[in-house]
Amino acid sequence: MRRIYDIHGGIHPPERKALSQPGQLRPAGMPAQLVLPLSQHIGKPAEVLVEVGERVLGGQPLAQADGLVSVPVHAPTSGTVIAIEARSVPHPSGLTNQCIVIDCDGQDAWLPLAPLVEWQQQSPDALVERVRAAGIAGMGGAGFPTAVKLLASDKHKIDTLIINGTECEPYITADDTLMQVAADKIIEGAEILAFIVGAEQILIGVEDNKPDALSAIQTAAAKSKRAVEVASFPTKYPSGGEKQLIEILTGQQVPSGRIPADLGLLCQNPGTAVAVRDAIIEGRPLTRRIVTLTGEALSAPGNFDVMLGTPIAHLLTLAGFQPEHNRRLIHGGPMMGFALDNAEIPIVKTSNCILVPTEQELPTPPPAQACIRCGLCAEACPASLLPQQLYWFARAKDQDALEAHNLFDCIECGACAWVCPSNIPLVQYYRAGKASIIDTRQEKARSDRLRERFEARQERIAREAEEREAKRAARKAAAEQKVAAGGSEDPVQAAIARAKARKQPTEPMADQSTDPAVAPVTDPATTPSKEPAE
Amino acid sequence: MWAFIDNYPLLAALLALLALGVIFGALLGFASVKFRTEGNPLAEQINDILPQTQCGQCGYPGCRPYAEAIAGGDAINKCPPGGEETIQALANLLDVEPEPLDAEHGVEKAPMVAYIREDECIGCTKCIQACPVDAILGAAKQMHTVIGSECTGCELCIEPCPVDCIDMVLRKSGIEHWQWPLPAPRQTGLDIIASDREQAA
Repeated sequence: MRRIYDIHGGIHPPERKALSQPGQLRPAGMPAQLVLPLSQHIGKPAEVLVEVGERVLGGQPLAQADGLVSVPVHAPTSGTVIAIEARSVPHPSGLTNQCIVIDCDGQDAWLPLAPLVEWQQQSPDALVERVRAAGIAGMGGAGFPTAVKLLASDKHKIDTLIINGTECEPYITADDTLMQVAADKIIEGAEILAFIVGAEQILIGVEDNKPDALSAIQTAAAKSKRAVEVASFPTKYPSGGEKQLIEILTGQQVPSGRIPADLGLLCQNPGTAVAVRDAIIEGRPLTRRIVTLTGEALSAPGNFDVMLGTPIAHLLTLAGFQPEHNRRLIHGGPMMGFALDNAEIPIVKTSNCILVPTEQELPTPPPAQACIRCGLCAEACPASLLPQQLYWFARAKDQDALEAHNLFDCIECGACAWVCPSNIPLVQYYRAGKASIIDTRQEKARSDRLRERFEARQERIAREAEEREAKRAARKAAAEQKVAAGGSEDPVQAAIARAKARKQPTEPMADQSTDPAVAPVTDPATTPSKEPAE
Repeated sequence: MWAFIDNYPLLAALLALLALGVIFGALLGFASVKFRTEGNPLAEQINDILPQTQCGQCGYPGCRPYAEAIAGGDAINKCPPGGEETIQALANLLDVEPEPLDAEHGVEKAPMVAYIREDECIGCTKCIQACPVDAILGAAKQMHTVIGSECTGCELCIEPCPVDCIDMVLRKSGIEHWQWPLPAPRQTGLDIIASDREQAA
């Protein structure tokens, strides 16, 4: 039996997980249209490969990865591309972003898949390439490209793969359901991931509020030929944070600014493991995921097997949406989710939950009051930070102090805001603080580059002026020498005569000479411009 | 030697002091040559804070000249692209009171970049000559274009353009540049707790 450690802080909000009946996966059917954002992950948006009007088949790549930290997008079913335009996407800003819109034809015709049963024969690199081509981004919520995470472990020796089946946020039961209906696939996916990174041990962590998922995983793990250990630990929010789970399972803390790979650990979500398994063994790209639709404003909440790109409105109909009881839609859970402003927004790779609460269930937060320095937030913080200090520094925009107090170790779990008796939206302060620090860093890098460019240009202009001066001096010296060598003529008179002779036949070109301070000779810019006739 | 010190204490003390003076003088002289700083380190630090737009709105031909002027005692509030933040940073560095931006030199706006409407460009190269950071590409009678990532948004190319085909567009727009804003300040404006407010009423 593995020793289970405790993490600092944490909270016990009402779980409300039974509402969505974990373990029962319902089909979501096929909507009339799918809206597929080009950016469903962290990193650069994918590059479009199709044109408007083109017929596409299921599994066909619609957009390819643009650079290393990017993932492709595939068609979840067959149909016609009817638009490539900016649409509302799940994002806290409520802004629009480029999406590919597919009109589904209902046939669900697929490209032939390329299965690979004997994956043990392949090199890890070839398998990572397959993961990348399948468009897999972390399905726990952040959406970091999985292939990049696997590559990052190249530089480190990974000894343990951790499958994070914690799902600690209230209401959400998508991973719980997946562990119950696809435990074997999770184990297979974990075996592949462990093979890719060379991990000897697979460790699966499940919170003890999911007994059915735990027993399903234990049964599946017992069948595996590899060393698979399943550990259960007490329910506490946010045990599912990567660094928190590592501490619970191993007692080790990931140092500030480092990644789990530095400790020889790699964490993956069960959804990601299944997506990797499907990509390798079946050759199937990531085009579906499990989404929890829950909240008391739904008459039939549950977990749905959803095509990516399905508009949320389609799912709300299936789950018995009662609009009269609801004022807001939340993407994600009650702790870390954000509100959506319309129901036409599609499900993306990172959408694990759509929460549709009634006003009594999740009331609009009351206005924030003054911080009374009670310190409850510091007791609740799972990263052992000082939330109230960070709050004051964020308000004062004191970036140095924020960094000194390790703002970047904040996992934005919302535990501090949950316990705050003054209802201060603490996490938003931290997000704004992080954003402004990152912005300052980027602006600094940019201004350094601009300074270099400016100075390089100044230097070039000075050098060219000097060269011109040197040439002129040389010409003058040569002319003087010529005169001294026996020219009887007065050089000044000769020059005037030459100038007169030159002036007569041609047009006067007064503007030929350019200001040497602005225009260097070798610059194409100085080619005399007669053109702009003003 | 001890005998000399015993016999002539005054002279010995003077000699010792003289020797110390010579040694430390030599050390200082050596250090001043060895660890000599090129240029004006204060101007260097100030230049580091300035936004490097090179726009000349301060009245100097670029950020470095303005940095040197500030080091020489000029006002710190003449830089509209830097805005409040730059003034604050300069005030901290120089240990002076921050002043509001001098409106004579312009107002603070969101960062912009120049954009050439390419089908209207006649290829006169005047904007290329005006650009302080060589961020415009093109040749005579060929279309020009702005390298957006390198443009400082100084607007110096706008005036020389004979056909007015250069627009200034927002540098940070769209979803990838969106940032979480700080929560709106509370309406009451005062950080008082509920019981305080009851008493105040």
